[in-house]
Amino acid sequence: MLSYVLKRMGSSALVLLASTLLVFILVINSGDPLQELRESNADNVEFLIQQRIEFMNLDEPWYSRYWIWLSGVLGCLGGACDFGTNISGQDVGVLTQQAAGASLRLVFIATVFAIILGVLTGIVSAIRQYSTFDYVVSFIVFLFFSLPVFWAAVLAKDWMGIRFNNWMADPGVTWPTTITLAVIGAVVIPAIIGGPPKRRLITAAMTFVFVMIALPYLDWLNFARYPQLGPAAIAIIGVLFAVGLTALLAGMKNRRVLYSALIVVGLGLVSYYATFWLLIDPPGGWLLIAGLFLLAIALSVLVARLMGGHAKNLATTVSVLTAIIVSVLVLLDHFIRAWPGFLAIKPRPIATIGSVSPNFTGDFWEVSLDQLTQLVMPTMILMLVSVAAYTRYMRASMLEAIHQDYIRTARAKGVNERTVVFKHAFRNSMIPVTTIVAFDFAALLGGAIIIERVFGWRGLGNMFIEGLQNADPAPVMAYLLVAGTAAVLFNLIADLLYAVLDPRIRV
Amino acid sequence: MSTQDENPQRLPGGRPDTDGPEGDEMTDLAEIEDAKLKKSERSLSQAQMVRRRFFAHKPALVSMILLISVIILAFSSLGFTGTGGWWDKTYLQTGPVVDRGVPTILSDGLLGEHPFGQDNNGRDYFALVMRGTQQSLIVAFGVAITSTILGVLIGALAGYFRGWLEAILMRLTDMVIVVPLVALAAVFGRYAQNLPGGTLTLAILLGLVTWTGMARLVRAEILSLREKEFVAAAISMGAHPARIIIKHMLPSAVGVIIVNATFAVAAAILLETSISYLGMGIQAPEASLGLLISNYENAFQTRPWLFWFPGLFIIIIALCVNFIGDGLRDAIDPRQQRKGSRRPGIRAVLGLRGKQAADERTEGPETDAADASTTTQEKEGGR
Repeated sequence: MLSYVLKRMGSSALVLLASTLLVFILVINSGDPLQELRESNADNVEFLIQQRIEFMNLDEPWYSRYWIWLSGVLGCLGGACDFGTNISGQDVGVLTQQAAGASLRLVFIATVFAIILGVLTGIVSAIRQYSTFDYVVSFIVFLFFSLPVFWAAVLAKDWMGIRFNNWMADPGVTWPTTITLAVIGAVVIPAIIGGPPKRRLITAAMTFVFVMIALPYLDWLNFARYPQLGPAAIAIIGVLFAVGLTALLAGMKNRRVLYSALIVVGLGLVSYYATFWLLIDPPGGWLLIAGLFLLAIALSVLVARLMGGHAKNLATTVSVLTAIIVSVLVLLDHFIRAWPGFLAIKPRPIATIGSVSPNFTGDFWEVSLDQLTQLVMPTMILMLVSVAAYTRYMRASMLEAIHQDYIRTARAKGVNERTVVFKHAFRNSMIPVTTIVAFDFAALLGGAIIIERVFGWRGLGNMFIEGLQNADPAPVMAYLLVAGTAAVLFNLIADLLYAVLDPRIRV
Repeated sequence: MSTQDENPQRLPGGRPDTDGPEGDEMTDLAEIEDAKLKKSERSLSQAQMVRRRFFAHKPALVSMILLISVIILAFSSLGFTGTGGWWDKTYLQTGPVVDRGVPTILSDGLLGEHPFGQDNNGRDYFALVMRGTQQSLIVAFGVAITSTILGVLIGALAGYFRGWLEAILMRLTDMVIVVPLVALAAVFGRYAQNLPGGTLTLAILLGLVTWTGMARLVRAEILSLREKEFVAAAISMGAHPARIIIKHMLPSAVGVIIVNATFAVAAAILLETSISYLGMGIQAPEASLGLLISNYENAFQTRPWLFWFPGLFIIIIALCVNFIGDGLRDAIDPRQQRKGSRRPGIRAVLGLRGKQAADERTEGPETDAADASTTTQEKEGGR
């Protein structure tokens, strides 16, 4: 196992090394970094040229420049990193640290949401093959595949960002809007849930009535400006998820799983009160929250192991998923508490420029909200293509799995549809999708170049483009190192995941 | 190709199909197949069947017509050099801006003076968009052709010869894959700016970064083909490797290659417009759809047509090519179709499939009822 990982890492590192050499040579030959100085009329041109030659080691031959860069980077292994200096003499290592945070946050969140959305849509699309829903999803997938990202981003900035902000200034839902939304819900939800015509009609009616009551109620509460969640809502939503996940993954007959999930919800409520004052102004910021999250996962695993009995593994899956949901709800509650105060500081929340608002000060939750609202639009646009890809691959591989002989056997021996879909088909269909996701993370870092340009972020993509324009290798190579390392890492994770998904594969 | 490789794998030792305990069932199936074949007037060749299936695929057919219309429109309006088509303005010629440059299409006759409006300098936007479409199409097809040739060559060599050649070629593939595609394309695009040849050079250079998918695919195909008996026969008769690859193996893999080359065209047009948007692709004064969007993205509030038309053309081209690729895949590899239930009619789509099955059951004779119910169950099971 360990030797396999080390071998993989070794060969990947060599591949990465070779590609850095290739890109380095291409970049330094792609233009003349002294061009603008040669044409300038400034008095100290000689000095500036000399300075730039020094910054970029222009007096050395190409192999020597590469070696200087490489030895600096290899110094990271010994703890003394040197990413070189860019065209104006800034330390690229420091620049990368500042830029990588925003970019990786963007790509990571986009990946997580794209996986969830794409996999779910793909499954539903596959088990309702050739339904209206399937046709609509297939068309949307094709459309997303054919959409130029930058074009969609400009459109979204204007249509969604600016209009949402205008709406936020005086939020209100008019009756025509409510009825339109209710009708849309009444068409879409039955198409997803499916079933015979009678059941579809009932679902449609229920959805319509629900939206017609819920939206005016939320409007009456002025929910958009003063949203509230509170422990009661957390408990209700948590229990709903606990029951729903149990019904979906284990079946309601499996009481042990149900009880352990419900206990996790109870523990979540207890921890909500226990950590309430601590989280009002969390010392250590996200580090503390991550720690608490890990603690919650560990607790839920413990509960499942104690309660699970013969269904230990199933109980663990359901409990951990429930714990994640409840943790997110608790987090959401704190965000919601900070929302009115945040709106007072930043009345137009969804920003279309930059990764943080300039000169923004506030407490921990308000600063986080600022970062999140800046992230909304770029993440959504970056997700588009990935969601389309994951949906398509998930659908194809789910269809592949569902027409296998072992699925027919399972149905023939009387296994119910839920178990067939989730235990027999889903797990096997995840194997090819894992590969796509692993490859896609690096591709998303490429997409981030375009997104950052549209939204004016000063992230890694921006560093890359500026470096390339100036024929300045150091920032380009820093981008390449981050992207390449991420690609290598995610492929390794995918390889390890195969072994989890398919026990026949030994790594 | 599909009928060729389905059975031999499952029956080791060259055992004839009709032998063994399942013999009776097999002959029954064969008779049914024969009966089906007799219905059609004459037997069809592989190419004919593919063509028929493709033309039966409505979205692909419509896309094909639309794409050809766009290509004809782009190249006939301006001609190949930017002048000489039926459109009287060129994409470089400036002039006075009339009425803020509002598009005249449909408002002033069919086309009017400036169907897509005018830009800041009074250049005719229709001519600019057409020129951009030409450039983007040239790059898209150029990239697809280059990357297909390169990918097939590398994949076939690696798959056939194995050994150190495969190791080197596949490491080379990994080396290109590890860099995000947009980044590598931008680097090559920047490099192309120093080289002569303009758009074609850019197309070839972009082809040098997009061949990896094709190479991996062709390698996998060749790897499975080289275990087949007909390849062993060719080798034992002393055929040259080049002949085996070109005459024996590639024809079996041509379906996969064509389908992926089609999707490569769609990917290439998006890649080209993206890097042109970043300023690393086609340079002004030459026009490209990505460059036009980049130039006028801030005009969206005031003069949205400058933003809409180039984007629309990108989407039309990419969407059409994707649908054509989808139709080709269905036509060339019908195994995928056969796995699911057939494409249903409008009633089944609307969820009225139960009624259809019930109708069939009441119409058919008593003996068929059992069959009908089992097939319905199978179909329902797939949902």
